[in-house]
Amino acid sequence: MMKRDEFLKVLGEQRKDEVVVAVYSAAQEFIQIAPHPLNYTFTGAMGQGSSHALGLALGRPDKRVIVLDGDGSLLMNLGTLVTIGHAAPANFLHCLCSNGSYETNGSIPLPVNAKFSFTALALAAGYRNAYRITDLEEWRGRLPELLAEPGPVFVDLEMERGADYAEDFERLYNPVFRDAFRLALQKSR
Amino acid sequence: MADALNAAGIIAAIKQAGIRFIVALPDRTTTEGLLKPMMKDPDFQVVQVCKEDEGLSICAGLYSSGHRALLLMQYTGLLDSINALRGVAVECKNPVCMMVGLLGKEPGVPPTQSRRYGLRIVEPVLDAMEVSHELVETNRDIAKIGPAIEKSYADLAPVVLLIGVSPR
Repeated sequence: MMKRDEFLKVLGEQRKDEVVVAVYSAAQEFIQIAPHPLNYTFTGAMGQGSSHALGLALGRPDKRVIVLDGDGSLLMNLGTLVTIGHAAPANFLHCLCSNGSYETNGSIPLPVNAKFSFTALALAAGYRNAYRITDLEEWRGRLPELLAEPGPVFVDLEMERGADYAEDFERLYNPVFRDAFRLALQKSR
Repeated sequence: MADALNAAGIIAAIKQAGIRFIVALPDRTTTEGLLKPMMKDPDFQVVQVCKEDEGLSICAGLYSSGHRALLLMQYTGLLDSINALRGVAVECKNPVCMMVGLLGKEPGVPPTQSRRYGLRIVEPVLDAMEVSHELVETNRDIAKIGPAIEKSYADLAPVVLLIGVSPR
């Protein structure tokens, strides 16, 4: 199974000037693994990452927006799939970091049936495509086409925790960094 | 009998404030007079959401991408979005502007004196959260809309415009 930090390193290597919206553990790790002025971690409340990303994607249709969501987070805001499917931003790539648990809150398993499928929900909601990737080399090989494919596209990525990284929630939500992001996005044409 | 609250005047004030994105859930107080005309108005891009807390975050994302937005919803949706209001709007300092219909409010009666519990608690909840709010119930109140939106963007803080009667 993929380690989350290895998955994030691949994204950091291949990412150019895309906006990356990240939540919780993925956000804590990504800003250390791949610092970038277009990293957006200022989501403020659990489940809200993809909604922030939708606002960014609608506001800047010229920029590709990638959201690194969590499976517990997405369960808290499932209607977002329907909203995104309806708004249908072509510049939207929804990556789900699936670990099957509420990792930040003690790794309690998610309350989902074995038949539950995020990709089926995404397709039913109107995403143009939905994929499931469990292997790091497959992620590395397919990422270029995923970054080019018209969205909204959903990718369920099965992974587990990798190395330990320091947590700093104040940094994640700090409006000073948000203001710097805003300026960087304004300059990035 | 007082004149009806002027829907066209409210829409003009919203445009004057530079709002081009309307994020919305239907609300019985504002749908006919505001949301339906906005959905037909080429000056607006309307983003329909499934739940009100999504709307706060979409407005935050739009702000970071350089746009002004207004979230239209019912007061019940505002109450359902308290955690997003706390985290997304207040703590992350996002200028989320909200226009909130007070379904069932008695005309001329202050919300805090309504017979309805849900309406009575709206302003005290906002006060406890230190969120600015204005009541828009008469045509004279329409003049509050522009300055409230400007203040929200200047202070990087949310504002709630409470609509007390259905605009026509």
